[in-house]
Amino acid sequence: MKKSVIFGALTVAGFAAGAAAAGTLDDVKARGKLNCGVTTGLVGFAAPDANGEWMGFDVGVCRAVAAAVLGDPSAVEFVPTTGKTRFTALASGEIDMLARNTTWTFSRDVDLKFTFVGVNYYDGQGFMVPKDLGVSSAKELDGATVCIQTGTTTELNLADFFRSNNISYEPVPIETNAEAQQQYLAGACDVYTTDASGLAATRATFEDPAGHVLLPEIISKEPLGPLVRHGDNEWGDVVRWSLNALVTAEELGVTSANIAEMAAGTNNPEVNRLLGTEGNLGEMLGLDAGWAKNAIMAGGNYGELFEGNIGESTPIGLARGLNAQWTDGGLIYSPPFR
Amino acid sequence: MSDIGFVRTEMLPEQAPPASAVGIIGWCRANLFSGVVNSIMTLLSLYAVYAVLSFFLPWVFSPTWNAGSLNECREILHAQGKEGHFAGACWGVIRERWIQLMFGFYPKELYWRPILTFALLFVAVIPVLFNMISRRMNWFLLALVVFLATLAFSGIMAWILMIVSGLGALYLAYTLVSVNKTDRAEQLAAGAKRLPNPLMFTAAFPFIFPWLLWGGSFWLPIGAALGFVLGYVAYTVLARSIGGLVGLIGGVVAAAVWWLFLVGGFASIAESILPLSIEAVQSRKFGGFMLSITIGVVAIVGSLPLGIVLALGRQSDLMIVKALCVGFIEFIRGVPLITLLFVASTLLNVFMPPGTNFDIILRVLIMVTLFAAAYMAEVVRGGLAALPTGQYEGADSLGLNYWQAQRLVIMPQALKISIPGIVSTFIGVFKDTTLVSIIGLLDPLGLSNAIRADANWNGVVWELYGFIALLFFVFCFSMSRYSMYLERKLQTGHK
Repeated sequence: MKKSVIFGALTVAGFAAGAAAAGTLDDVKARGKLNCGVTTGLVGFAAPDANGEWMGFDVGVCRAVAAAVLGDPSAVEFVPTTGKTRFTALASGEIDMLARNTTWTFSRDVDLKFTFVGVNYYDGQGFMVPKDLGVSSAKELDGATVCIQTGTTTELNLADFFRSNNISYEPVPIETNAEAQQQYLAGACDVYTTDASGLAATRATFEDPAGHVLLPEIISKEPLGPLVRHGDNEWGDVVRWSLNALVTAEELGVTSANIAEMAAGTNNPEVNRLLGTEGNLGEMLGLDAGWAKNAIMAGGNYGELFEGNIGESTPIGLARGLNAQWTDGGLIYSPPFR
Repeated sequence: MSDIGFVRTEMLPEQAPPASAVGIIGWCRANLFSGVVNSIMTLLSLYAVYAVLSFFLPWVFSPTWNAGSLNECREILHAQGKEGHFAGACWGVIRERWIQLMFGFYPKELYWRPILTFALLFVAVIPVLFNMISRRMNWFLLALVVFLATLAFSGIMAWILMIVSGLGALYLAYTLVSVNKTDRAEQLAAGAKRLPNPLMFTAAFPFIFPWLLWGGSFWLPIGAALGFVLGYVAYTVLARSIGGLVGLIGGVVAAAVWWLFLVGGFASIAESILPLSIEAVQSRKFGGFMLSITIGVVAIVGSLPLGIVLALGRQSDLMIVKALCVGFIEFIRGVPLITLLFVASTLLNVFMPPGTNFDIILRVLIMVTLFAAAYMAEVVRGGLAALPTGQYEGADSLGLNYWQAQRLVIMPQALKISIPGIVSTFIGVFKDTTLVSIIGLLDPLGLSNAIRADANWNGVVWELYGFIALLFFVFCFSMSRYSMYLERKLQTGHK
């Protein structure tokens, strides 16, 4: 039984290898599906619902790109990747893009040869403590036991922070977020540290969320964004500008509710260029004129995606903070559509 | 002399033993309270059991079956006056997600395919596993499964199949009931015609199995089966004209060439002449227990023959064969399964030409099968080593050649000795399938993580793990009981 499938697949593989030389954009168009790498499950960012449909903030980016390229937000194959398999999956071409809350760092960009096309969420490492502990600043945590996921940058950031403040801590190594929740609630550690978005999502699941506080210190920069392989700039541009289209749409007030009306033509030339009623931006990308319109209609603009998946109306309840538009004092900023 | 004397002239009737020596009381006295120390230990154990159950049972019997999120569970429990971290289980997550835990992302309208596959799997393995079942019974089961499957469909083909299989099942059921066992045995001894051996279906099943699960053209499994036919034909022709070894090599080469280069072409040509295909399902859609069972079944079925061949190779006198087998076994056993899975998921990707689409589940299936085969080889070698030399010499003295001796004398005994080891390797392999969650495949454990990533269920831990553990226990315990049945049947202990 094995053999039949093996050799069948090898035969298919032989034919598939021949067609791989073209660019990623052509591959995706020919395939009719976007292979998008996501996490195997992170609250608010990517998770399958009861019907097996993937939902979440990162998933929204995948769907926007699929809509821009193929005109269909459901033309996505979601490939769950773990922290260990994500980069090889992208490098080997198993996936066309990775939208998996991946921090943009120097070595990932330069050494691993990936192109981060932008940032869709500015995160940072924070601390959560029980209110009873009476701590209001991370600098008061001298001698605390800290639950920390092993083998991540958070571990290194923590060591740096405590050393530079000249205070001591005792690490309690844990493997997954679920384990961390259990350990923290059972009192095995005083403090739980991970990305602030993860802390908020974790706290939201507690019986008594008000009994725990997030400390004000954010001790690291974690710009999370979608990435593609080095060396295929046309494809990188498609993903980059699909993300930028979502951001610009929010800035210009284009939402999934009013987009049909706006696509008919407005007095704002930038909106017209974005939605393809003026200029030929889509053609430059190798897409049709309505590409950005499709991307925005897939799940709404950046702000709508944020509010729908991780914003204050959801159980996770993240404030926009750094992720507000630059016009509102945040860091979310798209280059102009011109 | 007084004549007072007493001699009983009749036997006393037997009396029931004292109440303290039999029944529950007697059993308790003999086993639980046979001394001071034992009594104290019994009381302590009872208290421990009580303490565990009094904590566990209220948690398990929690009326949260219909809850739609963890918070709803908490509200329900709160309304009952239960508070705290262990107030009660949140079973809503199982109600909402158990189908997902079973089938992963397999398309809903095609659930019948994995169900039919595993029903047929039972029909196919029964003649191998149990010899107490009659041929009629087996064909009846097959007809019944096919009949039940056709109920789900409409259309001419389904109707025809339904009527044929239904009538077949009815006829077989009638003969099953009406025919007397001893009469039948006499008829058979007199040379009555029997139904065909159900092992025919078992042999065909390895080709039906991937076709039903993955779908696609039916010509591909037929082509794969033709490879065996081709290899056999090449072997017989060459063996007759040139020699046994050349025949063997020629047969293998012919089959390999067919499988590697010609099957695809054959399938597409045949498909264009007579389209016979069902909707294809991508490997990515596999998940949950369906994935675990698929990997487990393939690894179990593939590893036993492979392991036997490796064990024989390791004992062989041919130097190259022996070196290859020892090298393979020691390499695979020296490397953790996780490493092999990482090789399958990442390293192979890097080595293969870009754009190559070598199915991830296929890679995992191959790796897990090879891994299990190496362990199986050593288990079987243990059985071979336990056989007295006299058995080998006896087989030789009968004039049997190598394969005859293995088939008729050595293997039946060696395998019988190794049954406990073989089955525990099977169980180990089945449980090891959960490791695939590390390379991003959503087996039950991987799915439990994905389910927790749903904002509604974030924080649910024990319920999911408990459910998964229960299902794994059912599978592994059945395998273990089967092994015990087999041992009893074959009387492995040299009593």
